[in-house]
Amino acid sequence: MVNSMFASEFQLFPTQASSVAPAVDLLTLFILAVNVGITVLVMVLLVVFAILFRRKSESDLPKAIHGNVPLEIFWTAIPSVVCLVMFFWGVKVWSEIVVAPRDATEIYVVGRQWMWKLQHPGGQREINSLHIPVGSTFKMIVTAEDVIHSFSIPDFRVKVDAVPGRYSQMWFTATKPGKYHLYCTEFCGTEHSRMIGWVHVMEREDYSRWLNEQAEGGDGLQGRKLFTKLQCITCHSDANKAPLLEEIFRKEREIGFMDGKPVAPGTRVLAAESYLRESIRYPNAKIHRGFSYPSIMPVYDRDLVSEEELLQLITYIRSLKQGDTPARTEETPSPQPTAGGEKTFAAPGSGNK
Amino acid sequence: MSATNTHKDTTQGHDTHGHHPALAHHFVSLEQQHEANILGMWVFLVTEVLFFGGMFTAYAVYRFKFNTMFQEASNQLDITLGCLNTVVLILSSLTMAMAVRSAQMGKAKPILGYLAATAVLGFAFLGVKYFEWKHDFEVHLIPRADFCWDYAKERRVEADHHEKGKPFVTKVLGKFIGHHEEHAPPTTDRILADKKNPESQQARMFFVLYFAMTGVHAIHMLVGFGLIAAVAFWASKGTYGPDYYTPVEVLGLYWHFVDIVWIFLFPLLYLLGAHLGAGH
Amino acid sequence: MSTINLDRGLIAGADGGTTTAPAKAPLNYLNCESTVASWLLTLDHKRIGLLYLVGITAMFILGGTFASLIRFELLTPKGDVLSGDSYNKTFTAHGVVMIFLFLIPSIPAVLGNFLLPIMIGTKDVAFPRLNLMSFYLYVGGGIFLSLALLFGGVDTGWTFYTPLSSSYANGNVMAAALGVFIIGFSSILTGLNFIVTIHRMRAPGMTWFRMPLFVWAMYATSLVQVLGTPVVAITVSLLGFERILGVGIFDPRLGGDPILFQHMFWFYSHPAVYIMIIPSLGVASELVTTFSRKGIFGYEIIACSSIAIAIFGFIVWAHHMFTSGISPYAAMVFSFLTFSVAIPSGIKVFSWLATMFKGSISYASPMMFFFGFIGLFTIGGMTGLFLSTLGTDIHLHDTYFVVAHFHYIMVGGAIMGYMGGMHYWWPKITGKMYSELWSKVSAALIFVGFNFTFFPQFFLGYLGMPRRYHEYPEELQVLNVLSTVGASVLALGYILPLLYLPGSLFFGAKAPKNPWGASTLEWTECESPPHPHNFESNPPIPDHVYDYSQLSKEAVRVSH
Repeated sequence: MVNSMFASEFQLFPTQASSVAPAVDLLTLFILAVNVGITVLVMVLLVVFAILFRRKSESDLPKAIHGNVPLEIFWTAIPSVVCLVMFFWGVKVWSEIVVAPRDATEIYVVGRQWMWKLQHPGGQREINSLHIPVGSTFKMIVTAEDVIHSFSIPDFRVKVDAVPGRYSQMWFTATKPGKYHLYCTEFCGTEHSRMIGWVHVMEREDYSRWLNEQAEGGDGLQGRKLFTKLQCITCHSDANKAPLLEEIFRKEREIGFMDGKPVAPGTRVLAAESYLRESIRYPNAKIHRGFSYPSIMPVYDRDLVSEEELLQLITYIRSLKQGDTPARTEETPSPQPTAGGEKTFAAPGSGNK
Repeated sequence: MSATNTHKDTTQGHDTHGHHPALAHHFVSLEQQHEANILGMWVFLVTEVLFFGGMFTAYAVYRFKFNTMFQEASNQLDITLGCLNTVVLILSSLTMAMAVRSAQMGKAKPILGYLAATAVLGFAFLGVKYFEWKHDFEVHLIPRADFCWDYAKERRVEADHHEKGKPFVTKVLGKFIGHHEEHAPPTTDRILADKKNPESQQARMFFVLYFAMTGVHAIHMLVGFGLIAAVAFWASKGTYGPDYYTPVEVLGLYWHFVDIVWIFLFPLLYLLGAHLGAGH
Repeated sequence: MSTINLDRGLIAGADGGTTTAPAKAPLNYLNCESTVASWLLTLDHKRIGLLYLVGITAMFILGGTFASLIRFELLTPKGDVLSGDSYNKTFTAHGVVMIFLFLIPSIPAVLGNFLLPIMIGTKDVAFPRLNLMSFYLYVGGGIFLSLALLFGGVDTGWTFYTPLSSSYANGNVMAAALGVFIIGFSSILTGLNFIVTIHRMRAPGMTWFRMPLFVWAMYATSLVQVLGTPVVAITVSLLGFERILGVGIFDPRLGGDPILFQHMFWFYSHPAVYIMIIPSLGVASELVTTFSRKGIFGYEIIACSSIAIAIFGFIVWAHHMFTSGISPYAAMVFSFLTFSVAIPSGIKVFSWLATMFKGSISYASPMMFFFGFIGLFTIGGMTGLFLSTLGTDIHLHDTYFVVAHFHYIMVGGAIMGYMGGMHYWWPKITGKMYSELWSKVSAALIFVGFNFTFFPQFFLGYLGMPRRYHEYPEELQVLNVLSTVGASVLALGYILPLLYLPGSLFFGAKAPKNPWGASTLEWTECESPPHPHNFESNPPIPDHVYDYSQLSKEAVRVSH
């Protein structure tokens, strides 16, 4: 099969690049076989009858045949049965196409006039392109901002409408590295035919390299850079110095000190956005059980971390998976606790709910 | 017209027997003509059912989606006036039926009388409708840019408070002739904030359907007045009698259909929220 | 022959006493009156049919011009002929003109108007004035719509999907919606007229199962027109409210549901496909029996299958929406029901083949169009199976596969049937014979050109090329060029009849009463062209409509 990477090469059939594509193509071949069979039968009969029974004399007066019940039952029943087979087979293939596996990684897709905006779970954003690794299952949660669009990847044999005001789903597992067309297939206005893009299916190593290279890609990646730049990485990569931040988002965290006072064992707080924000701005507000008061972490106030950067950091922490914390680089010196560290901890009560 | 005349000329050759003046040349008999006209009207009414059917479908969909707010919004409509209009319209169907009966019996004067009564009742219906719509306009319930559910609710509470304890007749009369205090219209900010409120959006959908359905119904009534006028004109010339009364019967079918549409609209639009007791 | 002509001549002389010229030609609906008003205000169903023919031909030329622009633009992958906006307006105009102004009225309004009363042995349709009004609604709506499309344009596609059409499109959406509304009424009134005519105006002895199959097809079509069109009328009205007043009924920002519009739109617009194709199926039934000179196989089944297609057509609309996020259960039900349309269509094709079996098949040009019709309709119908099957429709939805499929039905099927019908009844309508040679050339060019145009589009669609694309990836150019080349041949095939058919009026031989040896009333009981009142008196109705043994030997002999 020709790889569609060679964009200008002539093809008659699309590449099979997803896990469902072979099933769709097999069903297509079945219907095609039925089609060709019946069409050829009709054409052959038409030509043969036209020649065989051509008018030989103007006084020909053939005898009418008004009907033939067995024949009519035959040509009603056989197509009905064939149609039933198509229907059930179609439902089977279709249920594979539409029912997403539970473990699929979710990617948000928003269509607007005239571009596709995609967001990876790590916060990486793309416009009119999608980078995915081969062999992983992705679920697209698709909606639209303005008019109805349709998210279509022909080489994957999948498509779903992006309808404003609702979320549609589709899923796929790419099976073949390459570059595949991404189209909008629902007419959406002037630049409809430019609402296109590419799906880049990459080998796993290339994909992780791509993730790393996504310098300006999005909040998550900006946060990742900040995580190093602000030297968070120095302690938060070593469970002895500071809690690891992998997969803590929206988990219950047990704390040891609150506002400088020890709390009863088993006291937990939810590590949501507000908690992460508070812990960055005022590290002493809540201290994880097992670490001492006051915190060795510097206070990252507005001068050090802007609100926007704070959001980027939180997005990055949200996205941190088990084992994803980058290795500490030796040249990064530990941040020095600021002198004001202890003083400012009283602030949360007033400034930060 | 000239074509028709010529046809008449050409038919003279073989159509020597006398014809009823109302019999068109292409029909064999008055009976065939009558049956064709009646069937034609029935088929037309089928298309009308489907025309309204589109709106009833939209109603069903949104009622299913926004059931609670549809009941709330229905409370903004005036059940008293709705009932009044239902009675008026049913009466107009009665007079229309009597007009058809008179035509069948060949009584020219009663036809005119009953048709006039039907038209008067029809106008009465639209008059009541006018006061209802005027009220909706005043409380910003017309689903356009200045729709404000919040404001309408407030005005409703005020009105209920105002009417409390008054006798029924005063209440009803007040809907037509009662003086209206000046109310400050809602501010732009209030309208914009209201627009984002899902409750307002759902109530708005009720009013979209309310105005679309009652509006299209009213247009059908206007067409009905035109038809009544035409039939009355021919009736005054003594066209109708026991052997030819087709147009009156066709008009009757149309008028009853318009009536029946209202019989469906009334409960679907007016009687939804009555049992909630909010505001009544 | 000559005796009959003499008879008619005497009658004409007696009737037209005012005319000074000697009664050369027998009185017929064409020569009975010649003033402009006698045409424009005529109540004669035959003349109204001809008025429609003029309007519809103009619309076909207009829609065809738009089609040529589309194919010309798609010659290259980049948008170099038209801007994106112009391209969108062009394909919208092509769709709207071809569907609402050409295909839907084509056979019913021209051939149906002309033939239906004659075929059931009556003088006119039940409501001649309504018929004329229907024509003027068509003219008014058509002019309105054409102006809206030509000046300013509409860029929503003929489907007018919300919220694009209600809140985003810049073109004359309102004017177009109003035009569609008016034309819808024209269509409703024609359907209503035909239904009442068939129910109440049949000649004595013309029972339901003695009616020609074309009349059955007209009946089925009229049912769809009467039941479907009001729904699209209210849908475009609501679209109008939405667009002018911003009421929000289809606007998701105000809690409305854009998918509801699709449901309401397709409730009409899918059955509308059957308004276009069922008449052609009816024409095909007439052609195959006449030119095989053999009673049709399975008359009752073919008649009922027309009605079945009309009814099933109403319960399959959501197959246009399989990817729109409708409930999976709904999708399954609609997929299942969609297959039900395939069965009666298949029965028809097989019955036609069985009619040809052991027949005496003439190669007259209407039969050539019938052969082409069978080929294209079969391919069109069979490829529909890919789209009714859920598993394959997801991939093919809104691609060129769909474009190819519905053109095979609506151009390959419907227009081939229309051309076949026009060539079959042309001698009856005009009283002149056209060129056999050129009409056969035209049939061949249309068949070959059509396949070259649309067969490559099946591949384009399976490769994923979306429809309504102004620009496309380079690797798809080969197939697109093929398609455009085919379209040029196809255009030639359609231009030829525009020359030789009108030409026959001046140069054609006089048509005999029954040149094809057909058995239906318009051939056996009417002159070519027919008398203004069709029949002198109630025509005798044979027990079997397609009984060729009853034909006089003379009629058979003239059919060279």
